[in-house]
Amino acid sequence: MANLETNFIGIKSPNPFWLASAPPTDKEYNVRRAFEAGWGGVVWKTLGEEGPPVVNVNGPRYGAIWGADRRLLGLNNIELITDRPLQTNLDEMTRVKRDYPDRALIASLMVPVNEDSWKAILERVVETGCDGVELNFGCPHGMSERGMGSAVGQVPEYVQQVTEWCKKHSDLPVIVKLTPNIADIRKPAQAAKDGGADAVSLINTINSITSVDLDHFSPEPMIDGQGAHGGYCGPAVKPIALNMVAEIARDPALSGLPISGIGGVTTWRDAAEFMALGAGNVQVCTAAMTYGFKVVQEMISGLSQYMDEKGFASVDELVGRAVPNVVNWQDLNLNYVTKARIDQDACIKCGRCYAACEDTSHQAISMSEDRVFDVIDAECVACNLCVNVCPVEGCITMERLPAGEVDPRTGKTVSDDYFNWPMHPNNPMKCAAE
Amino acid sequence: MRDNSLTPGIVAGRLDQAAYAENFDDLHPRMDEHEATVAADRCYFCHDAPCITACPTDIDIPLFIRQIATGTPEAAAETILEQNILGGMCARVCPTETLCEQACVREAAEGKPVLIGQLQRYATDTLMEAGVHPFTRTEPTGKRIAVVGAGPAGLACAHRLAMKGHDVTIFDARPKPGGLNEYGIAAYKTVDNFAEREVDWLLQIGGITVETGKRLGRDMTLEQLKADHDAVFLGIGLGGVNALGLEAEDKDGIGNAVDFIADLRQASDLATLPVGRDVVVIGGGMTAVDAAVQAKLLGALNVSLVYRRGRDRMNASEYEQDLAASNGVRIITNAQPVAIHGNGAVREVEFEYTDDDLSPTGQTFRLPADQVFKAIGQTLEGDGLPELDGRKIKVTGAGRTSLDMVWAGGDCAAGGDDLTVTAVAEGRDAAEDIHASLMG
Ligand SMILES: Cc1cc2nc3c(=O)[nH]c(=O)nc-3n(C[C@H](O)[C@H](O)[C@H](O)COP(=O)(O)OP(=O)(O)OC[C@H]3O[C@@H](n4cnc5c(N)ncnc54)[C@H](O)[C@@H]3O)c2cc1C
Ligand SMILES: Cc1cc2nc3c(=O)[nH]c(=O)nc-3n(C[C@H](O)[C@H](O)[C@H](O)COP(=O)(O)O)c2cc1C
Ligand code: SF4
Ligand code: SF4
Ligand code: SF4
Repeated sequence: MANLETNFIGIKSPNPFWLASAPPTDKEYNVRRAFEAGWGGVVWKTLGEEGPPVVNVNGPRYGAIWGADRRLLGLNNIELITDRPLQTNLDEMTRVKRDYPDRALIASLMVPVNEDSWKAILERVVETGCDGVELNFGCPHGMSERGMGSAVGQVPEYVQQVTEWCKKHSDLPVIVKLTPNIADIRKPAQAAKDGGADAVSLINTINSITSVDLDHFSPEPMIDGQGAHGGYCGPAVKPIALNMVAEIARDPALSGLPISGIGGVTTWRDAAEFMALGAGNVQVCTAAMTYGFKVVQEMISGLSQYMDEKGFASVDELVGRAVPNVVNWQDLNLNYVTKARIDQDACIKCGRCYAACEDTSHQAISMSEDRVFDVIDAECVACNLCVNVCPVEGCITMERLPAGEVDPRTGKTVSDDYFNWPMHPNNPMKCAAE
Repeated sequence: MRDNSLTPGIVAGRLDQAAYAENFDDLHPRMDEHEATVAADRCYFCHDAPCITACPTDIDIPLFIRQIATGTPEAAAETILEQNILGGMCARVCPTETLCEQACVREAAEGKPVLIGQLQRYATDTLMEAGVHPFTRTEPTGKRIAVVGAGPAGLACAHRLAMKGHDVTIFDARPKPGGLNEYGIAAYKTVDNFAEREVDWLLQIGGITVETGKRLGRDMTLEQLKADHDAVFLGIGLGGVNALGLEAEDKDGIGNAVDFIADLRQASDLATLPVGRDVVVIGGGMTAVDAAVQAKLLGALNVSLVYRRGRDRMNASEYEQDLAASNGVRIITNAQPVAIHGNGAVREVEFEYTDDDLSPTGQTFRLPADQVFKAIGQTLEGDGLPELDGRKIKVTGAGRTSLDMVWAGGDCAAGGDDLTVTAVAEGRDAAEDIHASLMG
């Protein structure tokens, strides 16, 4: 079995699967169970200032969307940071770290934006023996109304400032957790880097309303007839998180900034994708909340098998492997010509490809009396919609036209030369460049 | 209980009450909301869906399933009932494995079709239980139409005609309307008096008068009906039964499967219904299977279903055959009855093995029998009917017969399978044609 040991900014863990700061890590009982199940590390539920803890709502705090078979696809929450006393959490962290020295234990922090507050909490936290801190600049509800969480994460200057304080007042590695509720994720990442952060983690949850109660006309989850926006997570946010991770990973100005990937990681494959796009490890919340801690066992076995198949000796060989292939649109090869191909033996004749192409796209699929569906090469622009709507996996594929063949749609002979938009005669910028 | 099953002869009360209740419980209980949502979610919403083509009443299946998936089963029910006013009964009795579900692309894909029939039931039950009848009559036309037979064909025809504003009178020879829905369909397919409730629900449209106990040919003639009405629809089904053509066919203990089933359907207490210890059913269709299974469920010890051809030629679908087998019915094929033995009452039936073209092989065997049911097909009964095509009423187009302003549909009309859903389609289409003819 492949070696999954991970060294993330000097913090070692037996595998790259950490639990994100959230309910699964809100107390000793849970974290012990998580470690017993095999999780490599945890980011403890975010701690706040000394003093009376925050209070949560006493009605429902989650909303959700579901797919087939009521599979949970997206979860939304209006929970705040830990609502238990600071000292209780610290004592528990100390005990857990002592008993599980080989696992990563990170303290997640959120206190008001002034140096003394950060200094004070860091002094307390370091006593626990934790391996590092994560600055929660991401929580998009509740705490942000009090000038914390994403209210900080959305202002790069604050991000930098707080990071600097943390580096100044402790020797612990500092991970800055970013909010996705921002136009350009690279800006706060740059600020974190400039402030001396050892790593960034992303994404925290996305502002969201999952649904509206159409009888009471209130957002869900409904509290006494009203609702507030929450933070969205789970499988549905993965594509957004992957992009944000990739944007940071491929930015030359941010190169070398370690990333902890978060957002919708549910299977080993999701984790591998985050890692290929540059994440040194991953954090998981919703998958654990949906299926319990045992899911990590599938993640471990799956990633090991994949790494064995690929011949990767360590996770470092996977991390960042896809980053060079994430490019801008204008770098894509316009001479790469494909056509949809339907495997008639696999086709179950549902006609979805036909309806999609005929009604909404390029009229490139024909349908015969006896329900045989064929691609009309002279119309097919290779958009991939049919592939995406076909219920049979692998039934429709995109096949590349070999060089020398004529594309019946354009009448042009396919060339295997690389040819992109900046080189294209229709590009108004091309003349300027020449 | 075991003693009672062993008691020889045709006796009542072989089981205790709990066993009757369990045996005759709903074959496929109605899905609950979650099951329905999960099942509905499997539908691919096919383009020009093959399942629609396979449904004799052309229900827009992907649409109604999507309406279930989005939490509006009432709208789904309307989609169904617009095409098939007996969508509730059809959902229970259609041999979906040879109709819509056979054509479902997921049957081709993985051998597990979308459960169209059960979803149809979920939708129609939801609406009917709410007591909603979603259709109304248009302006009265003043036209009077006679419908003979209150089976699925007659009811579907009458409802569609009433919707169009015509005044309809249904005449049926039996004491209750419903046709074979009421007197024929297996009890476990239509529990809790569903056939009767469905007729009551259907009649909410208004404009339909039902006259039971009125037999065409006894209480009135076709000529009279034509004289008193603007049009006549014949949906009289197949009232007669085929005979075996053997000597001693009238011995005690020998009866028609359809009569046994009708008695069973009408029994208010199944414990009063006598059944043999050793029952032999002769035939290979749905009627044979239903008689055999229900005899077994009534507590018969041995039930054999004997069919003269091979299994693949049986009219009962594979699903029905499996149902019989799983209820302990022994299916014997390639054997035909050659003699009935017994003194006064039947004691044994003698069969001869046949090969595939039905030629006798000379090899015989005997089955002990204290009760024998004949289920070798029903026939059209009646004089003075329109011209026949073979043994059924000849029709062209949407049920037009050889007589002016007389239509026919359902089992009594030539063409189409003898199924509830086919009868509904034919009744409905004839109504449209009658309407078009009357209104010009
Ligand atoms: C035992 C059995 C089980 C079956 N199971 C199924 C099943 O599971 N699924 C399925 O799809 N199909 C099944 N069928 C077939 C189905 O019941 C018929 O195809 C369907 O009922 C035909 O409808 P219909 O309206 O043409 O005739 P019927 O339902 O037979 O109705 C005819 C009506 O006309 C009346 N009538 C007859 N003669 C006269 C007259 N001279 N004057 C006045 N009224 C008259 C009768 O009393 C009856 O009410 C079964 C049939 C039988 C016999
Ligand atoms: C109920 C709930 C509470 C959360 N609380 C915190 C928190 O206190 N601190 C924090 O940094 N992130 C918090 N998060 C965000 C998660 O740590 C994580 O970033 C997010 O859920 C995306 O990962 P996922 O898709 O695996 O769930 C919370 C998420 C949920 C669902
Ligand atoms: S969508 Fe796929 S399965 Fe359906 S008709 Fe098209 S190719 Fe066949
Ligand atoms: S009426 Fe019968 S054949 Fe038609 S869709 Fe419903 S169950 Fe299938
Ligand atoms: S064929 Fe099956 S999957 Fe397609 S629309 Fe009909 S029920 Fe749905």
